[in-house]
Amino acid sequence: MSALLAVSSLAVSFHQYERGLRRRTVVPLSAMDLTADRGELVALVGASGAGKTLLAHAVLGMLPPNAEESGDIRVDGEPLDPPARRARAGRGIALLPQSVTFLDPVTPVGRQLRRSAALAGRPDPRAAAATALTDRGLSPEVAGRYPHELSGGMVRRVLTAMAMMGSPDLVLADEPTPGLPAEAVRAVLHDLRRIADDGRAVVLITHDLPAALEVADRVVICHDGRTIDEVRPADFTGNGEALSHPYTRALWLALPANGFHLPEDS
Amino acid sequence: MLTEGVPAALRGFAGRLGRLVLLLVAVAVASFALMVNSPVDLVAAYVGADVASLGPEQRALIEERWGLNDPAHERFLAWLGNLVRGDFGFSATFNQPVLEVIGDKFLASLALMALAWLLSGVLGFGLGLLAGARQGRATDRVITWWAYTLASAPTFWVGLLLLYVFAVSLNWAPVCCAVPIGVPAADVTLLDRLHHLVLPAVTLSVVGIAPVVLHTRQAVIEALAGDHVAFARAQGERGFGLIRHRVVRNAAAPALLLQFSSLGELFGGSVLAEQVFSYPGLGAATTTAALNQDVPLLLGIALFTTVLVFTGNAIGDRVHAGVDPRAALADARRSR
Repeated sequence: MSALLAVSSLAVSFHQYERGLRRRTVVPLSAMDLTADRGELVALVGASGAGKTLLAHAVLGMLPPNAEESGDIRVDGEPLDPPARRARAGRGIALLPQSVTFLDPVTPVGRQLRRSAALAGRPDPRAAAATALTDRGLSPEVAGRYPHELSGGMVRRVLTAMAMMGSPDLVLADEPTPGLPAEAVRAVLHDLRRIADDGRAVVLITHDLPAALEVADRVVICHDGRTIDEVRPADFTGNGEALSHPYTRALWLALPANGFHLPEDS
Repeated sequence: MLTEGVPAALRGFAGRLGRLVLLLVAVAVASFALMVNSPVDLVAAYVGADVASLGPEQRALIEERWGLNDPAHERFLAWLGNLVRGDFGFSATFNQPVLEVIGDKFLASLALMALAWLLSGVLGFGLGLLAGARQGRATDRVITWWAYTLASAPTFWVGLLLLYVFAVSLNWAPVCCAVPIGVPAADVTLLDRLHHLVLPAVTLSVVGIAPVVLHTRQAVIEALAGDHVAFARAQGERGFGLIRHRVVRNAAAPALLLQFSSLGELFGGSVLAEQVFSYPGLGAATTTAALNQDVPLLLGIALFTTVLVFTGNAIGDRVHAGVDPRAALADARRSR
C-alpha cells in the first residue's frame, strides 16, 4: 500500500520576461521528495525562501500559469496532473493557514464559511457552516462578525473550520506558528496532532524546528529548493551526533537552546 | 448599544454640518474677494448696451445707491446677511432671482449628470474588474489603453467627435438642446428627452470613467494577490466565482469612494459638455453668467456647487464605511 501523498523529484520553474523579450528562468524548486501517510504528521522544515509554500501550492494545483512543473505527485498511489489536483483542492486536499490575512476582510465570516461548505460540495452549506462554528466552540453570533473583529484564537478556529469543511484526507498547514505566543503555538500544534490522529495526513510547513519536533512523526529538511534530509525527531538530541547531514546538524546547533552555533565555514 | 449609537450618529451629523458651514464661509470669502478684485464693471454689466448713454452723475448715483463705494468688508457682510435671509440676489441675464435660476437649471442638469454618473460608475467598475481579472492579457491592455486615452482627452473634444459621428454623419442623435426645436413644451415626450440626453451624457461620463477603471483595476490586482484569495483558490474557488465572492467587495470600496467624490469633476465637465451640445443646464448657465458678468448668479453657483461636492463626499464616506467595515472603525477612532 502506497502513501497517501507521495511527491518525488518535484521541480518548479518560472519563466519571466524582463525588459523586452529577454527570457529568464527561475528555478525555486529543483528536487523535492516528500511522503505523508494517514495518521502521520510530517514536518517540512526549511529557511524562508526554501520553497516550502510553493510545494504546497503545487500539491493543490494552484501554481501560476507561467510556472512549469516536472516530477511526480501521487495521491493514493495515483499520479495526478495539476488539473486533477486542482479538482481535489478544498475536498480531498486542504490548505490550513492560520493568519487573519487569509480571511476576506470585507465579508462576514459566516458567509465565508458557507462559501467553503458550498465549494466542498456540502448539500446544505448554511447548516454545514452553522454546525462547523459550534463544533469549533464558537457561538453562532460569530457568523455575523468581520475578521478584524475576531481574536487570533477565533480566527484560527474559523480557518480550521473552513479548511476541514470538505473532510480532507490530506491537510497542508502552512507556516502556522510565526509571531504567536508560546501557549498559542502549543494549541495550534496540538490541534494539528489531533487532526493527524483522526486518520488524516498532515504536512506541517514551517521554519520553526523546535515547534515541529514537538509533534512531528518525521522531519523533512529542505534547503534551496530541494529536500536534503529526512530525520526522526528523536535524532535531534545533544550536539546532533545522530544527525548525518551537515546542514541538518547546523540547523540544530544554530537554535538558541543549543548555543546559537554558526557553521564554521560561513 | 442602540442608545449609544443614536447620539453618536447625531453628533457625527452635527459635526459634518458644522464643517459644511465653515467651508461655505471660506468659499464665500474667497469668491467675494475674487469679485471685488476683478475688473468687472458691475454697473456696465447691469445696464448692458445702454452704458454709453449713462452720464457720470447717473453712474455715481447708481454706485452710491448700490453701496459700491462702501469698504469691501461692509459690502461682504451685507451680502452675507442677505444670503442668510435666503436672498441670493437677482440674475440680470436670466431676469429671475438667482435661487430660481439655479433650481431650474439644476433640475435640467440633474438627469444629464445622474445618467453620466451612473454610466461612468457602472461601466468603469465593470471594465476595471475585467481588466484586473485578466491582468497582462490582451483584454487588460485594450481596456487600460482606452482608459488612458479617455483620461487625456478633453471633454469638449470628445463631445465634438461624438456630435460629428452620431449627429452629423450617422444622423442618429439630435445636434443640440434638451428638447426638439419648434415643438410645444406640452408635446415633448419622455422619449424625445432621452433621445436628446444620450450624447451629452455619454460625453460627460467620459470625464469620470477612466479614474474608476484604473483604480478598480488596481484594487482587483491587489485583492487577487492577497492571502485570502490564495486560500479561496486552495478551497477550490475558480474564475468567475473567485471574482464574485472574494474580489468584488474588496474592489468596490475604492470605486464607490472615488465615484462619490467625483461630483466636482462631474460639474466641471458639465460646463463643457452642455456648452458643446447647447444643453440648457447649470453648466451652460455658468458659462452664460460668466460671459455676461452676472456676478450674483456666479456667486450663487459657486456656493451651490460647494454644497453639491460636500454632500457627494459625505455620502461617499458613509457608503465606503458600509462596504468596508474597517473604514467605519477607523472613522470612529478618529472622531473619538
